[in-house]
Amino acid sequence: MSQSKAPILSVEGLSVSFPMPRSGIFGERQYLKAVRDISFDVPAGKTLGIVGESGSGKTTAAMATIRLTEAQAGVVEFNGTDLFKLSSEEMRQQRQHMQVIFQDPYSSLNPRDRVGAIVREPLDLMNVGDPKGRDARVAELFELVGLRPDQMALFPHQFSGGQRQRISIARALATNPALIVCDEPVSALDVAIQAQILNLLRKLQEELGLSYLFISHDLGVVQFICDEIAVMYLGEIVEQASRMDLFSKPQHPYTKALLETAPSLARRKSAGYRREALVEGDPPSPLNIPKGCAFAGRCPKATEKCLNERPELTFDGNRSVACHFPND
Amino acid sequence: MENKHMGTEVEAAAHPLAETARMFIKNKAAVLGLIVLFVIILIAIFGPIFYTTDPEDMVWMAYSPPGEEGFLFGTDYLGRDLLAQMMQGARVSILVGLSAAFMTVFIGITVGALAGFYQGIVEEILMRITEFFQVLPTLLFSMVIVALFGASLPMITIAIGAVSWTAVARITRAEFMRIRSLEYVAAARAIGAKNNRLMFRVILPNALPPIIVQAALMVGSAILFEAGLSFLNLSDPNIISWGRIIGDNRVNILDSSFAVTIPGIAIFITVLAISLVGDGLNDAFNPKLRGR
Repeated sequence: MSQSKAPILSVEGLSVSFPMPRSGIFGERQYLKAVRDISFDVPAGKTLGIVGESGSGKTTAAMATIRLTEAQAGVVEFNGTDLFKLSSEEMRQQRQHMQVIFQDPYSSLNPRDRVGAIVREPLDLMNVGDPKGRDARVAELFELVGLRPDQMALFPHQFSGGQRQRISIARALATNPALIVCDEPVSALDVAIQAQILNLLRKLQEELGLSYLFISHDLGVVQFICDEIAVMYLGEIVEQASRMDLFSKPQHPYTKALLETAPSLARRKSAGYRREALVEGDPPSPLNIPKGCAFAGRCPKATEKCLNERPELTFDGNRSVACHFPND
Repeated sequence: MENKHMGTEVEAAAHPLAETARMFIKNKAAVLGLIVLFVIILIAIFGPIFYTTDPEDMVWMAYSPPGEEGFLFGTDYLGRDLLAQMMQGARVSILVGLSAAFMTVFIGITVGALAGFYQGIVEEILMRITEFFQVLPTLLFSMVIVALFGASLPMITIAIGAVSWTAVARITRAEFMRIRSLEYVAAARAIGAKNNRLMFRVILPNALPPIIVQAALMVGSAILFEAGLSFLNLSDPNIISWGRIIGDNRVNILDSSFAVTIPGIAIFITVLAISLVGDGLNDAFNPKLRGR
């Protein structure tokens, strides 16, 4: 919520649901509500993190904002352009300004293409510059992400996971995008490699003024790279605050539970340490959303009100929380 | 593969298919099949050029046994040189096999790719059509086509193609459905690839291995199919094929079995060689499935 700069990406009331197969020919079609009416801004040159457990809809939300998944409702303004109103060709043209780094470095690169061609492909598709300039740009990108240009002729299977993720980053940077969606870019990597990639992402942000929409379930990663953090639970944002505020003074019981249960090496070292399980059980099914607070079933301090009334996400001038009793 | 890229030495680019070729060469049966196939194709191409006896000419008395009077394979029921007929028949059988397989693959990939990529109503319609063709009795259906439209070589090829494309369509659809959910397809879309590019430039090359295997086996089954139709007299009477030779001589199978045995063995060896090659390709593309 940094009001200082205009947001590069502004999402309003985004909802995504997936039709489930019918139970019979005449059966009623159920819808899986993956993302329910969420709104957020990505400030220019900053990083917004979206955290949540598996199935909370964080990846779906991010993919829907850049129209890689179809959204049912919502307005997404990117640099002042309403993305959902664009024709598919106009959207295709816009894609050079927004790019994605995917989670799995082993499946995000086409195994049949040489990595040089993979990095060059966005330039070819978007018709950026002349062929000679593109070759030079690819070499430049390889240097930028810490690979050697003479590796361009190799195939993806000849690289390690970390190197593949660097190739992914080079591809994402090729067309000089303003926004990069990072979909758990380090969760498939070794911890040592994670740090390298995160440092690279941060360095690139400083050098190129990139904005990141950063999806992760790893709070340590989020704390390292994000300026602003939104916590998602069952398709909704339950709390959004700056990194400082969120980590020092979490308000929503789910955020608190997440922070408490995050594994900490310091604590684990002490003898006899057992991690407390603050939240038990699983989130409710997104096919059958409870009418009250979605977290009420697992919340230690849920009341009658929580079960019946859905808390709205309210902004108190500093942060947003969706809880009836945030400060107890 | 060990991690050499950090060193100063530049690693050679290893094309993903290089490994497949290496695996294939290790498979002795497949290599043998390939050699046999190669020899058969050479004979089909160059045999009639060097062995100039006209296969249509009655050159000697009927059913002269192999080896007599200088006829290596003997003569058929009209006294025509069986060796010349076999070499001519090889051309026809292989040509029909290849073109029917090509047609099968072409229809199969088109239908399967559209169904697997677009899903929804497109898939629904295309797969119902595929199922319709699948439940038809294949031999009967191709006999009907040939009987209705005439027994010319192109029509036989079309008849074979029309009854056997469904397997390729199903495999292609399955592969497209698997691959389209992989991240590199989403990545290609994210950098602005259009649907056509996604389908034919991104997904298809990665879906090809099982299709190639199926196509190789399809050549063999098309040869068998053509032989079956010819045997039933449902082929162009003016064109000599292996099946036709068996069909023409079958009346005297007890007295002069060589006239049916020789083309029978030729079909057997060719189809076996094709199967070995197809099997070898399958193992080479899927090293993990070896031994199943």
